[in-house]
Amino acid sequence: MEWGTELMGDLLAGKRILVTGVITDASIGFQVAKRAQEEGAEVVLTGFGRLSLVNRIANRLPKPAPVIELDATNPEHLAALADNVRAHVPALDGVVHSIAFGPKDALGGNFLNTEWSDVATAVEVSAYSLKSLTMACLPLIEANKGRGGSVVGLDFDAQVAWPGYDWMGVAKAALESTSRYLAKYLGEKNIRVNLISSGPVKTMAANSIPGFEKFEGVWNEKAPLGWDLRDSDPAARGVCALLSDWFPKTTGEVIHVDGGLHAIGA
Amino acid sequence: MAASQEEVLTGLADIVNEIAGVPQDEVELDKSFIDDLDVDSLSMVEVVVAAEEKFEVKIPDDDVKGLKTVRDAVDYIVKAAA
Repeated sequence: MEWGTELMGDLLAGKRILVTGVITDASIGFQVAKRAQEEGAEVVLTGFGRLSLVNRIANRLPKPAPVIELDATNPEHLAALADNVRAHVPALDGVVHSIAFGPKDALGGNFLNTEWSDVATAVEVSAYSLKSLTMACLPLIEANKGRGGSVVGLDFDAQVAWPGYDWMGVAKAALESTSRYLAKYLGEKNIRVNLISSGPVKTMAANSIPGFEKFEGVWNEKAPLGWDLRDSDPAARGVCALLSDWFPKTTGEVIHVDGGLHAIGA
Repeated sequence: MAASQEEVLTGLADIVNEIAGVPQDEVELDKSFIDDLDVDSLSMVEVVVAAEEKFEVKIPDDDVKGLKTVRDAVDYIVKAAA
């Protein structure tokens, strides 16, 4: 079934959403931003490193979106984030974490010899950053008149070992756990924290994963619903669903948007 | 938008200059983006995005890998814009 871009609704009408992790129009973050806008949200983006590229990509959204520089490991960037977002919207209803990085030695079959410093970087950027980003945005979520908020992160199933994913897999396990603890500590503020465990999508990030091409074909074959590595839309729609008001009592959850592969033994 | 090889080369040289800081006159047809012009992979992505906008073409990710030299890119764009 084709999901046309003409499908527009009001799932996120009136919501203000911060989306991280946009680098190209293949990024899952880009598709999330696009879908969120189509569903009525006001979107603010953050970009890392190459802001000129992120700005070019932001112009490809249905509506232009402002881009704020954010290195999620930089305390100064994090401290300035709330004020920088306030320049565009007074409060936030949703935050999308689509941030991960593993140094070269942390992926690609070098698992037994990876140094701690590389592992630490992978965990800091890919898991701890969910806490850093959420806390940096907390004053903005609390400013939305008690409506609570939804934080959604992008995960790759960490319950099993994958070829070559190595310490990024460990970092994703840390992300899953971080999400649960954030859910525990932020529940009293009516802030939900959930992850979308997406099947593999051919993004800039994926291009840097050695052996990613091994997923080509296999995932589509094994997943009951099939899977297209070039389609970031299923994950983006899952993120938008969690950002909406339609999962009001779901938090600390990992929802698989993987064609159903996680449910299949062999 | 139809464009000649020369027009595309000039436009592409401007883009490579703006994004990677390479002087326009060094952007010659037989130069390799990575080996000769020192354009890193992320800069290359931005060059492609900027070229798509400037020449009103679409360059799918899978085709970007094939664009090793300036000539590869110019020919691709000329053909795509025809």
